[in-house]
Amino acid sequence: MLAQQLVNGIISGATYALFALGFTLMFGVLNVINLTYGVYFSTGALIALYATRNFAFPILLALPLAAVATGLIAVVIDGLLLTPLRRKKAPELASLMVTLGATLLLYSLMTAFIGTDIQRFPPAAIDSSAIEIGGVRVSRSQILIVGTAFAMVALLLALMRGTRLGLAIRALAENPDAARLMGVDVTLVTFFVSFVSGTLGAAAGILIGLNYNAIQPYMGEVMMLKGFAVIIIGGLGDIRGALIAGLILGLLEGLTAGYVASSLKDAVGFLLLVLTLWFRPVGLFGRAAVKRA
Amino acid sequence: MPAFLDDFLFSYQSLIYALGINGLLALSMYVVLAIGQLSLGQAAFMGLGAYTSALLTLKLGTPFALVLLASMAVPALAALIIGVPTLRLSGVYLALATIGLGEVLRIAFVNSELTGGALGLSGIPEKAGYAIIFGALLLALIAFVLVSRSRLGRAMEAMREDEVAAGMLGVHLPRYRISALVVSAMLAGLAGALNAHVSSFISPNDYGFDAAVTILSYALLGGIGSPFGPVVGAIILTLLPEVLRPLHDFRLVFNGLIIVIAVLFMPHGLVPWRIGRTGARP
Repeated sequence: MLAQQLVNGIISGATYALFALGFTLMFGVLNVINLTYGVYFSTGALIALYATRNFAFPILLALPLAAVATGLIAVVIDGLLLTPLRRKKAPELASLMVTLGATLLLYSLMTAFIGTDIQRFPPAAIDSSAIEIGGVRVSRSQILIVGTAFAMVALLLALMRGTRLGLAIRALAENPDAARLMGVDVTLVTFFVSFVSGTLGAAAGILIGLNYNAIQPYMGEVMMLKGFAVIIIGGLGDIRGALIAGLILGLLEGLTAGYVASSLKDAVGFLLLVLTLWFRPVGLFGRAAVKRA
Repeated sequence: MPAFLDDFLFSYQSLIYALGINGLLALSMYVVLAIGQLSLGQAAFMGLGAYTSALLTLKLGTPFALVLLASMAVPALAALIIGVPTLRLSGVYLALATIGLGEVLRIAFVNSELTGGALGLSGIPEKAGYAIIFGALLLALIAFVLVSRSRLGRAMEAMREDEVAAGMLGVHLPRYRISALVVSAMLAGLAGALNAHVSSFISPNDYGFDAAVTILSYALLGGIGSPFGPVVGAIILTLLPEVLRPLHDFRLVFNGLIIVIAVLFMPHGLVPWRIGRTGARP
């Protein structure tokens, strides 16, 4: 029982970490809270759903395709909404508000056209045959989920630490003006970061869609609550913090569902968020500089 | 009352109530925006007020005046729990925590038996009416106009324009921030209670993300230069879907679009005038 809850917790925790990673990356580098991020989560899942259901793509092909397509959408949204504000040097809450409006617009457009009914992947797309190790059941889809999550995180860390592009991204996060003077093409790097974030958000959406097999436009909204919790617990903009906070949240939710009440599961994240704000606003590792007003 | 006016009030009753209640909600958003902060918990505060009031009326039969007070006190408490720790941090934290509050409350309302689950509460007696709704709106408007003409109003405007400078000039930033948030939560709670007692039915979905963003769109469309802006915004966005029927189905799309346009192209809203001050000496 305990082992099964822990495994379930790690599986959802891995997707939370993946989801929060893109969100915190966007904040850490571009210095905006982009609320359309939840839309990327839904969009990714929906594109993967249509690809597998209507065009019979295998899931291993649909996953990267949907993630890349969503990444491109994220670049377009950044260019339309946030680039003008950046150029005007608008206050940070302006970008929060504009993405909030865009989020409502996009969600309600999606529901206007496809409705709010829960849609499911075709049975062929999901391999639900399970492996049992020591009384713990793990389905092959769940192995794919955890594997993809860890692979994407490893790729991202390699990109950030080991390439010139990663260096440019970190320079931009540190100081946009200095980065520009050092010859970093700020516009290009900004679009690239948006693309990567969109891809991460979409991948998380597809993986969670596979895990629960219930997809609808507003699924990203519920996820945003967990996203906020994870990035605040981990420290705003802190990549390692987001990874660990994501896993912790998944584990605690699994334990709450198993031993307390499954209806309380979704409140765990918010409780942790409020506790973090009260007692440790710098986040788990205290590395993220708290932006004091 | 002349017969035609009677007929008119009867057929458009719920719309007219909505104008007043949305006006109050817009003002509750205004208080926070006026000092340069962003709270996205207005719908959650409204829901807390609505559920508190409906439960008190239905289960305990509490007198209506006490019900209204409680419907302001409970959201105020929630505002303190969320607001106090975020006071010293940048506005981003308050915005995120208040969206989180909205989501978690919706989940709580849906899962609790006391609040009737996803079906909500029905059969709430109609205890509010035109007098109390528009009376409250008028009082709130007058209070805000008086505040913006005073020293307090000047401090608030200074905070909105440049927080650091305002702090240097002796404006006690944390005190203003928490007061604004608590007042805003109380107004939203009151609006929720009044709405529950005219529409007889409340459900968790009335207080979700859509509602929170819609309330923000009222304030941004009207502009936050004066308290009149948000109320004008609320009136326009409440009436427009009724007048333009095709707009009705795309109401939320439109509200979202309004925010995008307002932030990008129209930062002062439709009512850009500011309120003059009393006793301003050269």
